Amino acid sequence: MFEIMEGLKSAFWLVVTFDAELWEISLRSLRVTLTALLVASAIAIPLGTFLAVQRFRYRRTIISFINALMGLPPVVVGLLVYILLSRSGPFGVLNLLFTPTAMIIAQVIIITPVIASIAHQSMRELWAEYHDLLISLNTTKGQRILTLIKDGRRNLLTAMLAGFGRAIGEVGAIMIVGGNIDHVTRVLTTAIALETGKGDFALALGLGFVLIGIAFVVNIAIHTLSQTEREGRW
Amino acid sequence: MKKLILAAIAVLWAQACNADAMRMAVTTSFDSSGLAEVLLPAIKEDLDLDVRLLVVGTGQALRLGEAGDVDAVLVHSKAAEKAFVAAGHGTHRREIMYNDFVIIGPVADPAQISVASSAAVAVQKIEDAQTPFVSRGDDSGTHKAELKIWASAGLDADGFGPWYRAVGAGMGAALNTAAGMQAYVLSDRASWLNFGNKDGLALLFSGDPVLFNQYAFLPVDPSKNAALRNDLAMKLEDWLTSPRAAELINGYEINGEKLFVFNAQNE
Amino acid sequence: MTDMFPLTLEQVIVRRQRKLVLGPVDLTLDQSGLTIILGPNGSGKTTLLRVMHGIERINAGTISWAVDDPAKHAFVFQSPIVLRRTVSENLAYPLRLLKTPPQNVRAAVHHWVERIGLGGVRNSPATRLSGGERQKLAIARALIRKPEVLFLDEPCANLDGHATREIEALLQETAANGTRLVMATHDLGQARRLARDIVFVLHGKVHESGPAETAFSNPKTSEFAGFLRGDIVT
Repeated sequence: MFEIMEGLKSAFWLVVTFDAELWEISLRSLRVTLTALLVASAIAIPLGTFLAVQRFRYRRTIISFINALMGLPPVVVGLLVYILLSRSGPFGVLNLLFTPTAMIIAQVIIITPVIASIAHQSMRELWAEYHDLLISLNTTKGQRILTLIKDGRRNLLTAMLAGFGRAIGEVGAIMIVGGNIDHVTRVLTTAIALETGKGDFALALGLGFVLIGIAFVVNIAIHTLSQTEREGRW
Repeated sequence: MKKLILAAIAVLWAQACNADAMRMAVTTSFDSSGLAEVLLPAIKEDLDLDVRLLVVGTGQALRLGEAGDVDAVLVHSKAAEKAFVAAGHGTHRREIMYNDFVIIGPVADPAQISVASSAAVAVQKIEDAQTPFVSRGDDSGTHKAELKIWASAGLDADGFGPWYRAVGAGMGAALNTAAGMQAYVLSDRASWLNFGNKDGLALLFSGDPVLFNQYAFLPVDPSKNAALRNDLAMKLEDWLTSPRAAELINGYEINGEKLFVFNAQNE
Repeated sequence: MTDMFPLTLEQVIVRRQRKLVLGPVDLTLDQSGLTIILGPNGSGKTTLLRVMHGIERINAGTISWAVDDPAKHAFVFQSPIVLRRTVSENLAYPLRLLKTPPQNVRAAVHHWVERIGLGGVRNSPATRLSGGERQKLAIARALIRKPEVLFLDEPCANLDGHATREIEALLQETAANGTRLVMATHDLGQARRLARDIVFVLHGKVHESGPAETAFSNPKTSEFAGFLRGDIVT
């Protein structure tokens, strides 16, 4: 209990004193995770919607596979990305290991299945609602997918926020591929792991509270952005 | 509100920088000593060189060097280092400095190791008493040193009962675990002094020369790939063996205690 | 006036889970007229309409139009499907699919939103409309592409008298303007008010078809006679 109070206190002081290092790693966390979120969403949302709209032979298998990928331990993803990006690996020439880009790649792999799966669920419901009308209007596949994405954007947002939550709090994979290098790849979660290792629980908890605060602010910001005056009322 | 958020997003991505930079894999024990925070700014100042530290166990540090993912490694496990150079992964091995290992345990010291005459006797007492002992168990330099100490007492850690707990984690985590279950643990002095959660633990044994912990610098063989910066690694080696480094390393203290002894030889 | 007719169905059969739900049906619909498909609930009226519109897979038989153009027939469903958009956006949607120039879309939307009396709520979410308003919106959205044929599946089934009267007026006007209407209903009164031709369906089979006047005054089959008398036909 004492440590939690100390943690809250240290979070408070870090924030009110505009601690330069805290700002740096918080911004890096946001930059990495939001970039990963954009890339993952660009893949997962059309994919999830396509799987809701299109019937084909291996559809169920693919959906099960995506759901299974959600359970992939981040450390395994980290190790795979590490091996691929290592200079002795197939993509070594790109020289991406231990850079923020490597962390983005790992996070994209971790959250794409999460977003695709949740997106598919909600798009399936919307498709059941719209199916007859869109068939009757003789829409193309692309038009159906675009219509569902547009009208289901609130649900898709929930899927994206789930992905964001998973990515911003992830530590296992980005520790391996990012290396937790000070001023280069250190983010909130790896800093928390580091401080825990040093036994500085108050600072670790403080950073944890900052992380929660950031996740909260981003949630509100994304909701605000997604609502124009009249569309917010569905 | 929307504009404000968009502006914030714009700021978020608008930044970049780059000086000369190299990567060095170092052991957790070196990093948690805090010495890096003294050396890195001095290196930046003297050489305009950003040294990016990858803090991992000795085993992983050598793997990173083997894969050519770092330009140099700074570790403390002589046998593994020699094998690394012999296999052609490193160009050579240069000793820089040493610190020492200490045995940490519950304040009450149930195995009475604080009165032991040598490290071998101390660990023999722990084995006799079968009191809990936390081992790093992660193939790190500290882990290898620990196994060597057991061996010096004629004991083999593989045959130990459940009182011997290999946690497979870094120094800080191992110390946290030892604090949690009031166990003995081998730590480097620096990690112990910097450790924040000393709950019920105390330094019980130190000073035996077998506990000395030699750090060595190994530049990675630049023929592994074109991205390796052997030039920067050599520049760093020159600096690490210079009188300036000697002064900073010998002068580094935590709570008034000196941690490292500079012992690089001029070639 | 449309050149798409006659529409001919020959030996059309629809099964669902091996159960026969329609057919075999032989039927010809001519150029002019307002056809009412009459029959009790579950008789196969909806399936027959969907087959004609081309959104129901048939297991046997053929459907042939003189000239088929799917963009020229529209469908209004029994429970109106409204998009999760504003009233105006619902009306604009079918035109947008055809890449109609924006100023034409605007003009058409303006015309129809006033025509169905929803000008005051044009920018409100369509999901907040009442049942009658939704159905008027669905009909307007079907008519906005100026279809030559409009299929309606019991458009007034869930509506009160006032809304029914409004919709019937709208339909009569539409028919007078030259759109061919084919509408299913189980409401004999509505059939008498609107029909020029009758198709009577029972147990998935067409029992009677022809001009409304003769059919009502001189039913050829005992089933239709019973239906007209108000018997419960089974």
